[in-house]
Amino acid sequence: MSIKIKALKKSLWVYHLAAGASCNNCDIEILDCLTPRYDIERFGMVLVGSPRHADVLLCTGIVNKKSIERVKHVYQQTAKPCVVVAIGSCACSGGIFRTGYEMAGPLDKVIPVDVYIPGCPPKPEAMLAGIVKFLGKLK
Amino acid sequence: MSITYTFVYFIGSFIVLSIIGFIASWIDRKVTARIQWRVGPPWYQNFADFIKLTAKEVFIPENANKFTFVFAPVLSILGSVISGTILFLVLGKNFGFNGDLILLVYLLALPSLGIILGGSSSGNVLSSVGVSRELKLLLGYELPFICGIIVPAIKSGSTTSLVKILEFQQTNKLIIFSLPGIIGFIISIFAITGKLGFVPFDLAEAEGEISGGVLIEYSGILLGLFKLAKSILLVVGPLFLVILYMGGISFASISSTINGILKYVLILVLIVIIKNTNPRLRIDQAIRFFWGWLTILGILSIILTFVQMYK
Repeated sequence: MSIKIKALKKSLWVYHLAAGASCNNCDIEILDCLTPRYDIERFGMVLVGSPRHADVLLCTGIVNKKSIERVKHVYQQTAKPCVVVAIGSCACSGGIFRTGYEMAGPLDKVIPVDVYIPGCPPKPEAMLAGIVKFLGKLK
Repeated sequence: MSITYTFVYFIGSFIVLSIIGFIASWIDRKVTARIQWRVGPPWYQNFADFIKLTAKEVFIPENANKFTFVFAPVLSILGSVISGTILFLVLGKNFGFNGDLILLVYLLALPSLGIILGGSSSGNVLSSVGVSRELKLLLGYELPFICGIIVPAIKSGSTTSLVKILEFQQTNKLIIFSLPGIIGFIISIFAITGKLGFVPFDLAEAEGEISGGVLIEYSGILLGLFKLAKSILLVVGPLFLVILYMGGISFASISSTINGILKYVLILVLIVIIKNTNPRLRIDQAIRFFWGWLTILGILSIILTFVQMYK
């Protein structure tokens, strides 16, 4: 394992992308990860404001017909290598919106997704566990 | 002092400053985490961040001025490293010249100028909002910063040489232990906080509202260089205050070295505590703070110094 991959695993900068329609609950649970109870800065993860700085895109909600272009755009603007994480049932599979008229596919029909974290909303523990499992497989 | 020797000293102090800078940034993040009742990152965190950023893809925006965009982080880092080298020469070798105090005032403005250049050349709207704020902030904190520098300069017999200020403090008591000294010290702490872009004055980078501000378009190694320049400034700024007000760091014995390092860490932690107990100011509030209260206090402390010197 090269030193660059090692450094990447120790310092994941997270950009929070609310992909489209969602009930906002996953977003609130993501913010819970930053609180003293879970404290993801222990693992070197920080929330950054611009996709240019990001290593991880945390995507919540389904992609709808309005936001599909923007989601693709944000993915292109993210500095590679980057990891895309689909958070919540909506981003993974469409959830309750899967037959809606605005649905433009779950996230993995639009951009390549590396990690799926199901749940409505997933607990912060589940998000941490998902990312830690992914980091274990990263070579 | 020959040119090759100076050059080697410059490279050496660049490496040393980077390492100390990363550790200082770690102290900043760790203290912040402890204040917020968290655990905080491990000590190698900033090294990992920098190595990761060197491996990332570098974006240069389509409508950016490419030369300025790439050159700005280099300018930033040059300013902070050269001022750090001068401070190291003063502390380690007792080498200085008349007027290096004034030179340092100019050099310490270079990192902010680099950020302004980079942000304005990136062609992003949010970035230009950040640039306008950084520019106003630069005008704001320079005035009290200079007031804070004049106080020790007058007190140690109207000199502009850092070595003479250090010599004065070795024979007399430290400048911080006098009334104008302590006022000047407080002013300089706030000015340095503004220079570092720490929280009461982080409106140029405000991540919540303008998502990274001046640095929004930077990625990869260029962003890493800006972060490195900030880390080095985190060493240079407090070290400058240690020299001006607290008698510098003497490497004569182990106890005096530890004493000097403790002085530096004290100022660093003071800045971090200010950072963590204050909300972000609006730009008009920040300017009013710098040009109002701090400048009035600064002029007051200069007058007090004159009164004490020539009564």
